[in-house]
Amino acid sequence: MIGNIKILIHQGKQYIPDVTKAEVPGIFRGRPAISNEPVDSVALVELCPTDAIRLNPIQIDLGKCVFCGECAFAFPEKIKFTLDYKIATNHRDSLIVKEGENNNITLNPELIRNEVAKYFSGSLKLRQVSAGGDNSCELELNACGNVNFDMGRFGIEFVASPRHADGIVITGPISENMAEPLQICYDAIPHPKIIILAGTDAISGGIFEGSPALNRSFLNNYKIDLYVPGNPIHPLTFINGVLELIRKRKE
Amino acid sequence: MSTYIAIKNNQTISLLSIPVLSYEDFLSFNTSLLAGEANHCVNYFGYRLPDKLKLICCVANDEDSSILISSSEINLEMNSFPSFSAHHIAFHIFERELHENFGINYSDHPWLKPIRFSFDRADKYSTIGQYPFYQIKSEELHEVGVGPIHAGVIEPGHFRFICNGEQILHLEIQLGFQHRGIENLFLEKKKLLQRHILAESIAGDTVAGHTTAFVNIWESMCGHSADDDLQFSRTLALELERIAIHTGDLSAICTDIAYQLGSSVFGRLRTPVINYFQVWCGNRLAKGLIRAGNNHFHFSREHGDQLGELFDEYEPDYYEMWDEIKELPSALARLEKTGVVTHEQAVSIGTVGMVAKTSGIKRDIRASHPHDLYRHLIHQPIVKHHGDVYSRVQIRNEEIRQSMDYIREMMKNIPDISVKRQPLQQPQPNSLTLSLTEGWRGEICHCAVTGENGELIHYKIKDPSMHNWLALALAVRNNEISDFPICNKSFDLSYCGHDL
Repeated sequence: MIGNIKILIHQGKQYIPDVTKAEVPGIFRGRPAISNEPVDSVALVELCPTDAIRLNPIQIDLGKCVFCGECAFAFPEKIKFTLDYKIATNHRDSLIVKEGENNNITLNPELIRNEVAKYFSGSLKLRQVSAGGDNSCELELNACGNVNFDMGRFGIEFVASPRHADGIVITGPISENMAEPLQICYDAIPHPKIIILAGTDAISGGIFEGSPALNRSFLNNYKIDLYVPGNPIHPLTFINGVLELIRKRKE
Repeated sequence: MSTYIAIKNNQTISLLSIPVLSYEDFLSFNTSLLAGEANHCVNYFGYRLPDKLKLICCVANDEDSSILISSSEINLEMNSFPSFSAHHIAFHIFERELHENFGINYSDHPWLKPIRFSFDRADKYSTIGQYPFYQIKSEELHEVGVGPIHAGVIEPGHFRFICNGEQILHLEIQLGFQHRGIENLFLEKKKLLQRHILAESIAGDTVAGHTTAFVNIWESMCGHSADDDLQFSRTLALELERIAIHTGDLSAICTDIAYQLGSSVFGRLRTPVINYFQVWCGNRLAKGLIRAGNNHFHFSREHGDQLGELFDEYEPDYYEMWDEIKELPSALARLEKTGVVTHEQAVSIGTVGMVAKTSGIKRDIRASHPHDLYRHLIHQPIVKHHGDVYSRVQIRNEEIRQSMDYIREMMKNIPDISVKRQPLQQPQPNSLTLSLTEGWRGEICHCAVTGENGELIHYKIKDPSMHNWLALALAVRNNEISDFPICNKSFDLSYCGHDL
C-alpha cells in the first residue's frame, strides 16, 4: 500500500494538459506542404508507393499516403512534411493537399448531422473493429486512452459491446474474411451512429489496394463521418478529429 | 549426392544447388533431423512449377549456425502423401498450409484444419464463416465462443472453448480474419519501396523485426553488404522495439489482473520509448526507418545522448514499479502456475521466441544465427523453466534490462554515416535466400525465390506466431476460463502476422 502511494507520488501528473495545443516531439510526418517549385513531376509520381501523388496541380491524397516521406527526401524543395497532426476531416476531398496551398485541414460543419453534437458531444462510446489492420493503428487507438493522452476525460471511450456503442472505428483495409463480422457489428449498434475510418489502410486500402483478399463493399453503403489519416494514426490526430466532430457549434 | 545443402543466415544460393529428393527421402531426412531437440523447422513451403509442386524445407539448429535446406518435387495429381506431422507434430502448421493452398492430401496428418482461408486457397467453397468447430457431445459440457471481434481494441480471431463448469477442457483457435494476401502482393507490387511498405505492414507491432528480415534478404539477393551504420540502426531498432513492446505488454497484463497502477505506470513508460522512434525517424512505430542499402535517418551522437537521458529517466520509474509488482501477492496469485506450457509440449510443437525460452529451450536467433551487430554482441538468451504466465512476465522484465545494457554498450561506438554508399544491384536469378531475425516476439523467417531474370517468383513469410498459437491453446487447458485473457496477453501473438 505504502509502496503504491510512493509510486503514485513519484509518477506525478503524466497527462498532456491540452491535447488541442500539444506539440509532437521530433520530426513527425504530419500534413505535407507542397511548394510551387518546378520539379520532374513524372519522377515524383512514379516514386510514390501507393499512387497518392497526382498531377495538375501536383497534389498528395492523404487518404492514400502511407507517410513514408520518400517524396520529401527525393524533392526536398518541393515537399515538406510539417508537424501539423490535425489532419482528420469529414470530407474526403479535404484530404487532398495541393501545391501552393498551405491550409489547415478542417471539418466541414455542413456535413455533420445535427444529432452528432446533440447526442455525442459530452459522451461518445465507440466500438473498434480491426478488419485486416496490422495492429499499428490498434496500438495507437489504445494509446489514446492511456494516462498520457487520456481521451476518457472528454467522455470518449472504447466499449466492448456494439450495443453500448454510438459508433464504429474501422482500422485495416477490410479483408474479405472480416467483411461479414464488420457488417454484423455495425448493424448491432443502435441509431444514431457514426463511422470513423482510422488510418490510411481503412480510408483507401493503402498499400493493400487492389489485393484480391479484400472486400471493401461495406464502405459503398454508408456515409463516413470522419477520416483519420496516418500510418499509423497519431493519437493526437484521432482525439482532435473526434473532438471537432462532436463539439457543439453555435447556431 | 548430398541430401541437403547447409547455409548460413542471410545467404543466397542457387536453386540448382538444393538437392531434389524423392518425397520418401525428403520425409525421412527432415523428420529424422527433428529427432534432435536442438533442431527446429524454420520454414517449409511450396510453390508451383509448370507441371509440379516444389517443396522446400528449412531446418535450423539452435547450437551451430547452420540451416539445412532440402527439397522435393511432387505431382499434385497423386492421391495422397504420408505426412511429416505424423512423425513430428511441429510440422503440422506447414502441412496444413500446403493442404489449404494447394490441395495436397495427407494420408496420416492428425488434423488438416484450415489455417487462414487465404483468397487463393484450393477449396474456394470452404469459407471462414462456415467453419465447423471441434465439438464434444456431453450434457455436462458447454461451449463458449469468443470473437472474431474481441472486447478490447485488438485484432480479430475466433476462440471456441469447451468448458466443464469454469474449467477449460479444450480451446480451438480459428484465425484468418486478417488475411490481406501480403505474400502475393510482394510479387504483384514491383517497386522496391512498395515492398518495404509491405514488410512494415506484415505486423505493425513488429516493424523493425519484419523490415530487418526483408532488407537483409534483399541485400543478400543483390550481393550487397550493409554498411556499419545501417547494421547499427537495424540492431538498435530491434532492441528498442523489444523494450517498447515488452513494457506495453507488462501494462496490458496488469490491466488483465485489474492492477490499475501497474497498468498506468508501464503504459506511460512505453510512451517515451515509442516517442523516441518519432524523434529518430518521424514515426512512433519505426515505419520508414529501415531501408535496403540506405537510411534516411542517421543515428548521430546527439541522438545517442538523448537516448541515454531517456534511459536514465525510464529506469528508476521502471525498477520501482517492477519491485512493487514482483512482491505483490494479489498479482502473483494470478500469474504464477497459470497457463503452463511444459518443456515437452514446447519442444514437440516447435515453439520459438519467448514461449520457447520460458519453457527451457535456449532458442534465440541473436545467439544461434546472428546478423547485423549481433555478430559482435555475443548474446546470451534469457531462459526460464516454469512455462507459466509469470515466466513470460519475468522474461520481459529481464529482456528489457538486457536490451538496455546492449544499447548502452552500442552507444559507446556510434558509427559515422557511410560516405561511400554503394547502390543496390539487381537480385540474382534462379536463387533462394533465407533470412532469420529475432523480433521481440521470436523468430521471424523470410524466404525469397527468384526466377530467370532475377524477378521474385515466391516470397514466404513466417511470423513466430505461426508456431506459437498452438502453445496458447494447450496452455489454457484445465485453467479457469477467467484466466484466458492474461494467458492470451502473456503470449501476445500476432493475428495479422499469422494471417498475413
